[in-house]
Amino acid sequence: MVGGGGMGGGLLENANPLIYERSGERPVTAGEEDEQVPDSIDAREIFDLIRSINDPEHPLTLEELNVVDQVRVQVSDPESTVAVAFTPTIPHCSMATLIGLSIKVKLLRSLPQRFKMDVHITPGTHASEHAVNKQLADKERVAAALENTHLLEVVNQCLSARS
Amino acid sequence: MFFHVFFLLFLLFLLDVKSGSYTVLQVVEALGSSIENPEPRTRARGIQLLSQVLLQCQSLLLEKEVVHLILFYENRLKDHHLVIPSVLQGLRALSLCVALPPGLAVSVLKAIFQEVHVQSLPQVDRHTVYSIITNFMQTREEELKGLGADFTFGFIQVMDGEKDPRNLLVAFRIVHDLISRDYSLGPFVEELFEVTSCYFPIDFTPVSSPFYSFIHLFASVLPSLPQFLLPLLIEKVDSEILSAKLDSLQTLNACCAVYGQKELKDFLPSLWASIRREVFQTASERVEADGLAALHSLTACLSRSVLRADAEDLLDSFLSNILQDCRHHLCEPDMKLVWPSAKLLQAAAGASARACDHITSNVLPLLLEQFRKHSQSNQRRTILEMILGFLKLHQKWSYEDKDERPLNGFKDQLCSLVFMALTDPNTQLQLVGIRTLAVLGAQNCAEVCVSDPLWLTPSQGCLGPSCVPSDSEIMSPGLLSGELDLAKGDEPTKCSRHLRCLQALSAVSTHPSIVRETLPLLLHMIAGTSEVIAICQSLQQVAEKCQRDPESCWYFHQTAIPCLLALAVQASIVLLEDEVLAAMVSVIGTATTHLSPDLAAQSVARIVPLFLDGDISFLPENSFPCRFQPFQVRVCVSSCITWSGFVCCPSCPSSSTAAAKCFAGLLNKLPAGTEMRLGGGSLPESITDEILEVQPYLMGLLSDPELGPAAADGFSLLMSDCTDVLTRAGHAEVRIMFRQRFFTDNVPALVKGFHAASQDVKPNYLKGLSHVLNRLPKPVLLPELPTLLSLLLEALSCSDCVVQLSTLSCLQPLLLEAPQVMSLHVDTLVTKFLNLSSSPSMAVRIAALQCMHALTRLPTPVLLPYKPQVIRALAKPLDDKKRLVRKEAVSARGEWFLLGSPGS
Repeated sequence: MVGGGGMGGGLLENANPLIYERSGERPVTAGEEDEQVPDSIDAREIFDLIRSINDPEHPLTLEELNVVDQVRVQVSDPESTVAVAFTPTIPHCSMATLIGLSIKVKLLRSLPQRFKMDVHITPGTHASEHAVNKQLADKERVAAALENTHLLEVVNQCLSARS
Repeated sequence: MFFHVFFLLFLLFLLDVKSGSYTVLQVVEALGSSIENPEPRTRARGIQLLSQVLLQCQSLLLEKEVVHLILFYENRLKDHHLVIPSVLQGLRALSLCVALPPGLAVSVLKAIFQEVHVQSLPQVDRHTVYSIITNFMQTREEELKGLGADFTFGFIQVMDGEKDPRNLLVAFRIVHDLISRDYSLGPFVEELFEVTSCYFPIDFTPVSSPFYSFIHLFASVLPSLPQFLLPLLIEKVDSEILSAKLDSLQTLNACCAVYGQKELKDFLPSLWASIRREVFQTASERVEADGLAALHSLTACLSRSVLRADAEDLLDSFLSNILQDCRHHLCEPDMKLVWPSAKLLQAAAGASARACDHITSNVLPLLLEQFRKHSQSNQRRTILEMILGFLKLHQKWSYEDKDERPLNGFKDQLCSLVFMALTDPNTQLQLVGIRTLAVLGAQNCAEVCVSDPLWLTPSQGCLGPSCVPSDSEIMSPGLLSGELDLAKGDEPTKCSRHLRCLQALSAVSTHPSIVRETLPLLLHMIAGTSEVIAICQSLQQVAEKCQRDPESCWYFHQTAIPCLLALAVQASIVLLEDEVLAAMVSVIGTATTHLSPDLAAQSVARIVPLFLDGDISFLPENSFPCRFQPFQVRVCVSSCITWSGFVCCPSCPSSSTAAAKCFAGLLNKLPAGTEMRLGGGSLPESITDEILEVQPYLMGLLSDPELGPAAADGFSLLMSDCTDVLTRAGHAEVRIMFRQRFFTDNVPALVKGFHAASQDVKPNYLKGLSHVLNRLPKPVLLPELPTLLSLLLEALSCSDCVVQLSTLSCLQPLLLEAPQVMSLHVDTLVTKFLNLSSSPSMAVRIAALQCMHALTRLPTPVLLPYKPQVIRALAKPLDDKKRLVRKEAVSARGEWFLLGSPGS
């Protein structure tokens, strides 16, 4: 399902991307340390989950490339919904599907099952936006993609903690 | 092939010429055929060969030969363009020649200027031309000057359009020399400036000479032409490009070091306008900083200039200009421009004493008036901060005559303003007020304040620490008289003020002479009031301050300790509250820890009899109604703590042993059960000597169902680093590896005790064990791990949260460091960790999930069978109500997903 499978050894599509600053660790508040106070899942928490995902092409995180941004994360804890919009660095980025898949898998692994998640491209930032969004929304295709060893390997690499 | 021959020829000629068997003219003749060859390439090679030989032998050339060669080369300059580079090399060789007759340098340069279009040559050849010029300028300065402005013009043509930085470095050098050595520039000054200034600003730093940056070179070339440079700088500051702004401001800054009033005169208004605009409008801090620095140097330059008798002093008009543009902004403390204006004024005022006087004498009245006009605390704070800035500037200039201090006129007003600030409910304003008062104090302007006792109550907090001794001496008489009055009044309304007085007294006790005045006062008060604790705290502060100075330290010890001990003894008889005792004890502890050994020995010699024999003869007012019996229960506790200070303080062995014995004796007499916690609290301090006496005692307590848990906590205390008393600063003897020794001495006993103990007290042993292991360096623990692990796993099932937490934090690093041993118990570990991940305590859940994460370090094949189960189980904490727990769950679950998966 991923269009740009030939990433091995080829030239980088966007060899010199703009790099953004990383936001620091979220400061721990007194409320978070209080056993009794429940902390709801908020946009920053979702953003913290996905901001450190590695880019498939660059030794940089999605946050550093501004592919994901906290303002483009919508979350409602009571309704159990999450919507993440991501922005490929260039409109013809063949990695868009792979990036979307990585975000989706990271959320699947990290959020409670009750959540319904929607990962899509920020409107108007990619040439084949609709095709990619459709693939990412299709549960069966996502499941099938993760059965593919090669693809799973790339996704796992994106999700591994940077050493 | 040809080049080989060429090279051999070169060597041959070189040897011959150097040895004298050939003259250079003979070489020329031998090369004749190739030099005159109609094919330009061959000609070029011939001439190149000749030039190489000349370069090697220029020192051997005779004057006659040089004349011929120069004529030949000048002639060749008209030749084909392929030949020119070789010709230039030859001329360079000749330009180094000492035998060059007068007049030829000028003719060579003229020929070059006339015949060669330098900028169409390659970089190396352009460099050769610059070298020729440089060489001539070094050796034939007078001749070149004879050429007049033509030389400058010729050089301008050579340089115009140069792009290579390496060449520019040389070219700038030449420009610099042209100007500094007073060559005639004639009508070409402006051209010369333009041909140089078009490179401004330069963002290139030569690699070869890191200490000589381009901009410095540049700054050394341009300032000589102020009439051109300053308009250029103004234009560049006004440009949109940040680097151009910064470079021009920095260059301006550098130029001010060499310029005087004369050079700046015509441009001052525009310079000020540009700097003001940059500081007012910029978003960049660097532009602001550079702008302020430039204004500072401008003002400094104007202040420094030597004036002719009839000249007008520009400084005053310049400063008036600044004041006029800035002062109205100062009146709007809420507006954006208030701080930039203040900074501009302060930058100018910081440049010289004269500028400082001029500006503050204008600004201070304005600000003082504004302070009164604005009633909101925030606005007042801004104004006061500005005043503070100006006052600080005055510290830079020393005034010899006291009466001439420019602040004298404002002293009263400033003091009353500070007083208003200090009495304001807004703490921010108070803080600024205190800082202002400190600055005023440092400038000896604060006499007014200290004479009024009302002043001191709010101000001491910061004043004390910031005062240098001389200042506090000035203040203390005033302080003391004020404090005394207040201290005597004991109406309830004055209570808080009274407390602050106490703090003030301790805060100003920074100097031995002051301590001698304050301490008796405090001790006098302690006897008769109900505020013993507050006074003790003050005494404690004084004690801490005394530590730095042995004289006051001993004085304190002499005076305060007997008095306090007397009170403590009295208290033990009349049964005062524990808090009071504790407060006194900490004062004694602090005072004792920093005594020198011999003083401590004297002290101990007097106090030991007090405790052992009830000898109260050295205490003041020693007429107690009944006998002092140190081994009564309550007294025991307090004296325990008192002793702990002595035990670890002296490095003198005899007194230390005496104290230790005394302490051990007290400890043994502690009635079991009553004050175990306090006893435990003092245990760490006694590690050096009586640890051996303590251990069995504690060990025995573990089997007691009631006291067991407390005793187990005692182990934690024993193993931890004690920060208050047992530190090297308190010259306590901390033995290295005491934890290891404790481990080897005690753990076998603990394990044995566990197996022998009855079911209900077993947790106590586990708790003790987990405390001991938790603090132990891991390398010591690893060899013992196999035998201890089963006990640790048992401790995980213990229902006490503290034990669980302690055990988990002990296990977590072990999982990382000894995965092989741990993997034998993987089944138990997975089950227990997962169970604990739903514990009611957040800290336990977090620790359990961290352990789940650490588990992934175990060998993958061992873990894989558990993967589906763990991933399923970890889905639950993902929905934990606490964010910190969810965070750990996410990272643990993520790692488990990656186990055995491709790409991990």
